[in-house]
Amino acid sequence: MSALLNVNKMTHYFGGLRAVYNYNLNIKPHQITGLIGPNGAGKTTIFNLITGVYTPTQGSITLENENIKGLETNEIAAKGLGRTFQNLALWRHMNVLDHIKMAHYSQLSYGLIGSFFNTTKCRQQETQIEENSYRLLELFDIKQHADQIVTNLPYGAQRRVEMARAMATNPKILFLDEPTAGMTPDELGQMIKIIRQVHQDFNVAIFLIEHRMKFVMELCQYIQTLVFGELIAEGPPEVIQNNPEVIEAYLGKEDLT
Amino acid sequence: METARKFIKTFSNVPMLGWLIGFFAAVLIEYYWGYDYISYYLGLPKIPVLFGALIMLKEPIMIPGAIAYDLIVYVIPILFIAKVSIFFTNRVAAVLEKTPLWMSAIIHLAFFYGVLHLWAGINDYRVLIVKLTLISIILTISINVINGYQGEFSCSHPGFMAIGAYISSILTLYFFVNDKTFGTAVLSSELGPWLFPIALIAGGVAASLGSLLVAIPSFRTRGDYLAIISLAFMFIVKSAVENLNVIGGARGMGGQPDYAPLPIIFIWTILCIWVVHNFVTSIMGKALNAVRDDEAASESMTVKTRKTKMTAFMFGAFWAGIAGGLFAHVLAYINPGMFSINRLAEILAMVYFGGLNSIIGSIVGAISINVLGEALRPLELFKWIIIPLILILVMIFRPYGLISFKEINAKKLLRSKHKREQGA
Repeated sequence: MSALLNVNKMTHYFGGLRAVYNYNLNIKPHQITGLIGPNGAGKTTIFNLITGVYTPTQGSITLENENIKGLETNEIAAKGLGRTFQNLALWRHMNVLDHIKMAHYSQLSYGLIGSFFNTTKCRQQETQIEENSYRLLELFDIKQHADQIVTNLPYGAQRRVEMARAMATNPKILFLDEPTAGMTPDELGQMIKIIRQVHQDFNVAIFLIEHRMKFVMELCQYIQTLVFGELIAEGPPEVIQNNPEVIEAYLGKEDLT
Repeated sequence: METARKFIKTFSNVPMLGWLIGFFAAVLIEYYWGYDYISYYLGLPKIPVLFGALIMLKEPIMIPGAIAYDLIVYVIPILFIAKVSIFFTNRVAAVLEKTPLWMSAIIHLAFFYGVLHLWAGINDYRVLIVKLTLISIILTISINVINGYQGEFSCSHPGFMAIGAYISSILTLYFFVNDKTFGTAVLSSELGPWLFPIALIAGGVAASLGSLLVAIPSFRTRGDYLAIISLAFMFIVKSAVENLNVIGGARGMGGQPDYAPLPIIFIWTILCIWVVHNFVTSIMGKALNAVRDDEAASESMTVKTRKTKMTAFMFGAFWAGIAGGLFAHVLAYINPGMFSINRLAEILAMVYFGGLNSIIGSIVGAISINVLGEALRPLELFKWIIIPLILILVMIFRPYGLISFKEINAKKLLRSKHKREQGA
């Protein structure tokens, strides 16, 4: 099976600081890949590089054999790269329904004139998007919050809004940046369920950053370990779990003498 | 408190149409009896123009008379007629509800305009105030697109207004008027009023092109820096006009033909409200809010943030240009000093007083600041203490303005309030 997303020898410098070095990634359709590593290893930077927030200094990024390096973030997103953020990035004055509707932005074709004069085409598209949005809300179990301002929701629901919003962009790969940050063990279980469900229902590949080993080991089919911007190990969960270098990076070196 | 609530509740079943009819009755009373009987017997020198505010402040001895006038002419007839006519108005409203919304809205607006025209027509001063207030509504809504919906602090609005005012004035003076700077009219002056919208739109387009000078730096900077850049833009426009002697320089430019009577301004205002409302309630327009609240998230959700920012600036500037053009043709004279820091303060006061992110808030803000400004005129210097004080109080108690984050719901506004018919 050919790769959906392919990152080849990506290197990035912030000024003189080498943030990511020689990073390779290969995501196959319908695969869940995890990226782990200690704080400051450059995990979120890798997300930002692939999604186009920064342009890598070297290396290539292709989505379905099409170069996406150097494109604007919104263009990359429209090509099928949905994402969530480490610290929720919701629009604080907007209600839940509008969040989901907004993520359909790239599917709008009525143009500015259409929106100024509320043309038939505009109304048709908006109704269609609204229906679709309600379907997503139902799927993520937040339909009852549709009219509420997003900042008034409980934390777990906000996370679900973010996921639903990312799915509304119709992604081929979903990037999840620490989807369980700040969650209780109870909510954690729910999140695993939701991610599994999204994975099944939408047939997307998932690429996630996570700190909790239990979560990563349970969900991911393939795991990469990043330390100081370099990959030190990758493979299926069982391999990673017993890799001495990974253990060292996380727990420190065992003193044998 | 309890009685007040009960009193308000008595009127909860009056539809919009009822209030309009009440207002209509009040205007008729004023029109036929206001001068000859009511103000005469109350010892007032003439019809109180702005609900007696000017008279009250000038001669405190007239306060009881002015209040009595307001009660007799406005409060009592409006409340009485509105309440009595509900049998009729609710039925008509129910019929109108079955027609398409636009038709119902147009009927309401036409009726409202008729009443407003009659009310304003009683006095020339009123006509001017209503015209300037309507123009202020356009201005406030247009700045709300940038400062409210888009959330940038832009100070360049008087500049956009000036561009619109000058471009449309130059066009009308050049084409339709025998003027000493532009020579004889190119086209027959009869065509003027018909082609005036084109001149206005040209002014708006010029303003929106000018706004690119502010929009493009806004890709990189926000907040204070953009405020400074946009302030600079305003002063650049002002001093550019001051130094262009062809169009009058600092002396200004006069003699614009009277192409902006009340109905024309009213139509432009309604058009502005309608278009901006359509825009900000569509997904395309809500992208403005998304970019304001979190730019990175918007990008990741496929929103074209640059295009959105440019749209906000150009769209806001376009309507500011239209407002400027209308303004020039109402006063028939403009000079660069009109589009300076004073105007900016007024515009910002209107938008922040009325409410960010809300068209209805902008309308309320524009009307309140304009009417307050006129009503408190006799206080002279103290006016500039009272209005800022009110603004400060609003900022303390409602940081986003009186009515913020609220859109007009025309359907709800115009519907019949007959409870039994709705099966409640």
